[in-house]
Amino acid sequence: MEREVQRVRAAFRSGRSRPLTFRRQQLKALRRMVQEREKDILAAITADLSKSELNAYSQEVISVLGEIDLMLEKLPEWAAATPARKNLLTMLDEAYIQPEPLGVVLIIGAWNYPFVLTIQPLIGAIAAGNAVIVKPSEISENTATTLAELLPQYLDQDLYAVINGGVEETTELLKHRFDHILYTGNATVGKIVMEAAAKHLTPVTLELGGKSPCYVDRDCDLDVACRRIAWGKYMNCGQTCIAPDYVLCEPALQDQIVQKMKDAVKEFYGENIKESPDYERIINLRHFKRILSLLEGQKVAFGGETDEATRYIAPTILTDVDPGSKVMQEEIFGPVLPIVPVKSAEEAVRFINEREKPLALYIFSQDNKLTKWLIDHTSSGGVTGNDVIMHFMLSSLPFGGVGSSGMGAYHGKYSFDTFSHQRPCLLKSLKREGANKLRYPPNSPSKVDWAKFFLLRRFSRGKLRLLLLTLLGVLVAVLIKAGHC
Amino acid sequence: MSDKGSKGLAKDPGSEPTPGMDPFTDTLQRLREAFGSGRTRPAEFRAAQLRGLGRFLRENKQLLQGALAQDLHKSAFEGDVSEIIICQNEVDLALKNLHAWMKDESVAKNLFTQLDSAFIRKEPFGLVLIVAPWNYPVNLTLVPLVGALAAGNCVVLKPSEISKGTEKVLAEVLPRYLDQSCFAVVLGGPEETGQLLKHKFDYILFTGSPRVGKIIMAAATKHLTPVTLELGGKNPCYVDDDCDPQTVANRVAWFRYFNTGQTCVAPDYVLCSPEMQARLLPALQSAITRFYGEDPQSSPDLGRIINHKHFQRLRDLLSCGRVAIGGQSDESECYIAPTVLVDVQETEPVMQEEIFGPILPIMNVRGLDEAIDFINRREKPLALYAFSNSNQVVNRMLDRTSSGSFGGNEGFMYMTLSSMPLGGVGNSGMGRYHGKFSFDTFSHHRACLLSCSGLEKLNAIRYPPYSEWKQQLISWALGKQSCTLL
Repeated sequence: MEREVQRVRAAFRSGRSRPLTFRRQQLKALRRMVQEREKDILAAITADLSKSELNAYSQEVISVLGEIDLMLEKLPEWAAATPARKNLLTMLDEAYIQPEPLGVVLIIGAWNYPFVLTIQPLIGAIAAGNAVIVKPSEISENTATTLAELLPQYLDQDLYAVINGGVEETTELLKHRFDHILYTGNATVGKIVMEAAAKHLTPVTLELGGKSPCYVDRDCDLDVACRRIAWGKYMNCGQTCIAPDYVLCEPALQDQIVQKMKDAVKEFYGENIKESPDYERIINLRHFKRILSLLEGQKVAFGGETDEATRYIAPTILTDVDPGSKVMQEEIFGPVLPIVPVKSAEEAVRFINEREKPLALYIFSQDNKLTKWLIDHTSSGGVTGNDVIMHFMLSSLPFGGVGSSGMGAYHGKYSFDTFSHQRPCLLKSLKREGANKLRYPPNSPSKVDWAKFFLLRRFSRGKLRLLLLTLLGVLVAVLIKAGHC
Repeated sequence: MSDKGSKGLAKDPGSEPTPGMDPFTDTLQRLREAFGSGRTRPAEFRAAQLRGLGRFLRENKQLLQGALAQDLHKSAFEGDVSEIIICQNEVDLALKNLHAWMKDESVAKNLFTQLDSAFIRKEPFGLVLIVAPWNYPVNLTLVPLVGALAAGNCVVLKPSEISKGTEKVLAEVLPRYLDQSCFAVVLGGPEETGQLLKHKFDYILFTGSPRVGKIIMAAATKHLTPVTLELGGKNPCYVDDDCDPQTVANRVAWFRYFNTGQTCVAPDYVLCSPEMQARLLPALQSAITRFYGEDPQSSPDLGRIINHKHFQRLRDLLSCGRVAIGGQSDESECYIAPTVLVDVQETEPVMQEEIFGPILPIMNVRGLDEAIDFINRREKPLALYAFSNSNQVVNRMLDRTSSGSFGGNEGFMYMTLSSMPLGGVGNSGMGRYHGKFSFDTFSHHRACLLSCSGLEKLNAIRYPPYSEWKQQLISWALGKQSCTLL
């Protein structure tokens, strides 16, 4: 491992990853990989998550292709220097901010969307000109193996490496020094990653999780709301960091919600959900058992069937859930939706604010004012109103958490910026040294006044106008005089 | 306070140490409650705080100048130019732009979201901790404060205990100008700071050394608190053969000896050829004499070292290499003369640590490439300077190195530009601030997508069961995300 990390670093030092043409070439190669080896990639994802190929494609591959195209299109614009506004003192100089690669980036992927959550950050890191080490999650073994096989076949083998392994290997990897680490996963490991990063002063982006609340107002189109919630909740068998984790609503709405969600589930997965090719399975036995234990002592309004042999858990809804119960203590990450009754929007806000800031907040209401009020009085990584998940799909929005749901963000330009150092540059000439006399000691009160003139914003603007007017006056006088001669 | 056990994922009240034994618990509790009440969020409140800060600067200018003189023997000119005026500018900029900065930022939409409202909401993080250093004790405490207040946070300020005069003014006078339910100054040394860091903050901005930066980040890890670390390092200053030695000497000397060299972005050492060194030395002597007179110790424009510990440290560095200019010191005043060292070895202490004093070592290199290699073998510095008549040379240095910031034929003048961020990279730091960058640093950028319930039929394609044609349609629609027609 040591050798591999050193090899990647040496490759970065060679400067090969910096020219835009190289970066474009690598991104195009990545795109070719996704297109040519689609079958292999889909097979790996479906094997890991018991997912249909269609789902794997629409949930993971599409986003990757979209991101590559966006990077290719925008790279020249994003990699270009941005001029900075100058003041009087620097009027004749060149001032700009130049994006630069950071160096060697480490991306630690997650198992729930094993392809996109590893490759989408990779795209940003490549576009920003870095060398990258990818550490896919060992829990989604097939995807990890496939990535290790495919990436070296398409990308520069020295600049981009895949390192596989479990906890031990990851711990070893984290002892090395990187220039940025992006980690997707849970808060416990997030802290371990940040602690390791602190030893080298490595900046981190942590995409964590939490319990994403879903508030359903009485004034909303309940049919639509329930369909959308069911879609977002049961997608990938609930194993989505931004899935609506639990519902908050008035007690009177519970029964309706249960019924409408039941209808939606039937519409999506048919009478025999187990047979539906569109319904996934829990990733492994440990998580299966964990989710099962959350059902203990709960009122199951719908669903609840399980099958350990296939790690199947039916789409489930729990009603009248007690906030103190186990299912409300941890991120569920499974197809179990607790409904916690609250008396009002105010109570919902209090409930949400007593807890850690979530990765996502969902609000279903036709009342725009109420939606705005809820947004104003809470905090979360992101918000989708009258829908779920969708804010993830818009690459012009940053994707990231806040508080214990994470720090930093990526997607689109945010990826590019996350993996770049924005370096301010001021270029002057060695001429006109006379003008500098003003700033050198020995100092005097008049020098202070001049300093104020040049530096104090309000001061300078007023005086500048005066100066310009004076000059204008002189110019006019000269012109008139010239006219008369 | 609700029992943590029964809430599981409920928020940690933030006070791990035993209540009563920890002097900070009550203050932090108070600030948290104030933030929870929403008091700091309206623009009017933030503007009032900023105006209060502005009044503090205007009404206590002499007091602050006196404190700076007491702490660092800083002249009124330096105090004005590098501290008070900078703070005033930041306050004015924030007041002027507050509404624009606070506004929700609209973003481009894709085909799926054309009829929706998509924007980024800037929100305060909550409780912000600013830990400041002693070298620009007013600037490096108050400029971050401007950003944190403008962004709507409650703020805890921890000024450096080493710059005692300024610490006193900030602790005793500043709070009178701000709403004290949302702002507090806490005092203490490393031990107290360690205790403070056990508490949970929602953001921490630290300015200081990389060594302490690591401690801060490790402490922040326990609460998953994001941080901005403004650290330091050895800022290289490359002087090309093709340049006017006197002009270069003027500029380098000014930026080196300003604030007695105690500046994180000061040129730390010079890289040049032996021939250039021979021309540079008399020019540097000439500049130093011009600035500080024949007897720099009696010049009102030269400051002093902050305390005896740093004075001893710097005096020891004087025995590295050979003193070509200066080299005098006076312990009773913590005075060190503007000094230039030559014949320095890379392994000597003066080339191993950030100097942070009025000592300028010159290292010889045989050209630009060797200088670039020298620089790249070391940690990424906070600032990098290159002096040359040739644009090519300057640009090549820029392209092949990395640093927090870069100055071509100039020192840290970019610090006067609020449109340029101040921040490090690698060992010299992470994150940045100044101007709008401060506001953005202290804000959480919350992605918001507000959909309408209607037109549900259009959404039919995303729901299972999936068929081949649905998949194709989804591909096509998502692929159009770079289209921004509406």
